[in-house]
Amino acid sequence: MTRREPFYWIMVWCGLVVMAFIALPLFELMTAPSLSGLREALRDKEVMRSIWLSIYTAGWAALISFVLGTPLAYLLARRDFKGKRLVEGIIDLPIIIPHPVVGIAILSVVGKNHWIGRMLAELGIRVMGSVTGIIAVLIFVGLPFYLHAAREGFENISPRLESVSRSLGASMVSTFFRITFPLAWRSMLVGIIMCAARAISEFGAVVVVAYHPMIAPVLIYERFEGYGLKYSQPVAVWLVLICLSLFFVLRFLTLPKKKKT
Amino acid sequence: MIRIENLETRLSGFNLHEINLSIEEGEFFVLMGPTGAGKTVLLEAIAGLVPVKRGKIIINGRDITNLPPEKRFVGIVYQDYTLFPHLTVQQNITYGYRYQKTYNDDLEKRLYHLVETLDLTHLLHRLPVNLSGGELQRTALARALMVNPGVLLLDEPLSALDPGFREEIRNMLKALHASSQTTFLMVTHDFAEALSLANRAAVMSRGKIEQVGHVNEIFQRPVSRFVADFVGMKNLFPVSFADTKAFANAVEVELGRKSLFDTGYIALRPEDIVISRKAPVSSSMRNCYRGTVVGIIDQGFYYEIHASVGDLIFKSLITKRSLFELDIQEGAAIFLAFKAAAVHIF
Repeated sequence: MTRREPFYWIMVWCGLVVMAFIALPLFELMTAPSLSGLREALRDKEVMRSIWLSIYTAGWAALISFVLGTPLAYLLARRDFKGKRLVEGIIDLPIIIPHPVVGIAILSVVGKNHWIGRMLAELGIRVMGSVTGIIAVLIFVGLPFYLHAAREGFENISPRLESVSRSLGASMVSTFFRITFPLAWRSMLVGIIMCAARAISEFGAVVVVAYHPMIAPVLIYERFEGYGLKYSQPVAVWLVLICLSLFFVLRFLTLPKKKKT
Repeated sequence: MIRIENLETRLSGFNLHEINLSIEEGEFFVLMGPTGAGKTVLLEAIAGLVPVKRGKIIINGRDITNLPPEKRFVGIVYQDYTLFPHLTVQQNITYGYRYQKTYNDDLEKRLYHLVETLDLTHLLHRLPVNLSGGELQRTALARALMVNPGVLLLDEPLSALDPGFREEIRNMLKALHASSQTTFLMVTHDFAEALSLANRAAVMSRGKIEQVGHVNEIFQRPVSRFVADFVGMKNLFPVSFADTKAFANAVEVELGRKSLFDTGYIALRPEDIVISRKAPVSSSMRNCYRGTVVGIIDQGFYYEIHASVGDLIFKSLITKRSLFELDIQEGAAIFLAFKAAAVHIF
């Protein structure tokens, strides 16, 4: 047997530290509340409402990102145009901007001092402290994740497949639905889940725009501030379980496809 | 019929310049040229997949320059098959069904004919991942011909195939062309393919057409250094002409005819040069030189012999057997002979 070099052991030890750093706190969190505490949290109307609101708003955010983002993702995957780098840069902005700043930025557009805000007010649409506001914020933070995943999916499809389809008489729209979509749906679904997962975990941006109605992360924060660690844990566990199930679906979908024989 | 007038494309990095080409209806036309000559770009321009900057493309009397690809009735078959991976062979072939305006009976008949000709019956329900290269290319051909296009564009359809399949698909292409009214326009960089399939051909280089004509004509009478080299005229010398002779530095070549120019090129195929160890006694070959072997290159079935005559290097092909029989080694003195008629002048 060859002797392992010291570098090998450095890699192994650093790896273990990283694993522990991520897994240990989560493990402690998940095992801290008692089963009765968890059950009680489920019966707590406020908790249930906040968790449902989280799922509901994240779901809408993902759906709207899908509808609005797909054409842009396709455009970015297929065409080169002037200012493409700028567009790509703008898309990535939500990832690097601090989350509370996102909330403040959105408020500065929908407030009374902006014509868009006044127009919305006239239409009777309230953003501040409303579900609409939460969804708007979640789209803001989640959209880049959908765009990246969908774009990558489109880029993996040879443009020649689309060319052949068109030479056979199919229009651009027809080609998209018969060729591109069936081949890219997996990436698009991954994008939707990434977007939803990102949205469901958002706190900083939401809390600026809408403290009430309360999504789960805000409720967890409130319980922690008001009653302490012990009271925030059961809600946190439920939220983590939701996030984990999303994560497992994601992992399952992105498994390398087994070659059919 | 395809008529291309002053065509120029607009792409970043590569462009076609002033392409003029006329292809008759039902013809099997081949576009040749080295990699990067613009053959595929020209095909894609005809198919409507590349933006056109200037010029016109007219197919069967219809100006299609500004039509989208789906309105051109131009089929395309790529080197890498490009079958739709999520559809079975049958679904691939019948993909264009719903965009057809003819009766269903006709479609069924055509499907049957194509599946029979291309021997696809047993594969109809398989997915492309499970097919061999030859099977994939046969499916791609059936799919393109299923919509009965006015023109079928073939982008190096044989070059990704194993040699065994290549022969098979080549014969099928011949048969398909004979049994349909479709004009075939094929891109290749293989001259042998062109000779066996096409009536007429064009040679392209760096976005321009160098020569158009019958395949044999291009093969025997190239109009430029580039084409001569491309079609395998490996002996290519700049010369000055006087009377019926050409002078390449100190070497004098009898042409048996007068040239119209004072200076130009002579070109000669390596297989037209006969090598011997003794001076040929009597022969119809009017050009005979004494040379020295400076190189022997193994080309599998043949050896390419490089021999210096004066300051020219002649390249000639001989079989492995003659190499041993003549006992040719580097530095050996040999005689080279060729007919005046074998020399091409331009």
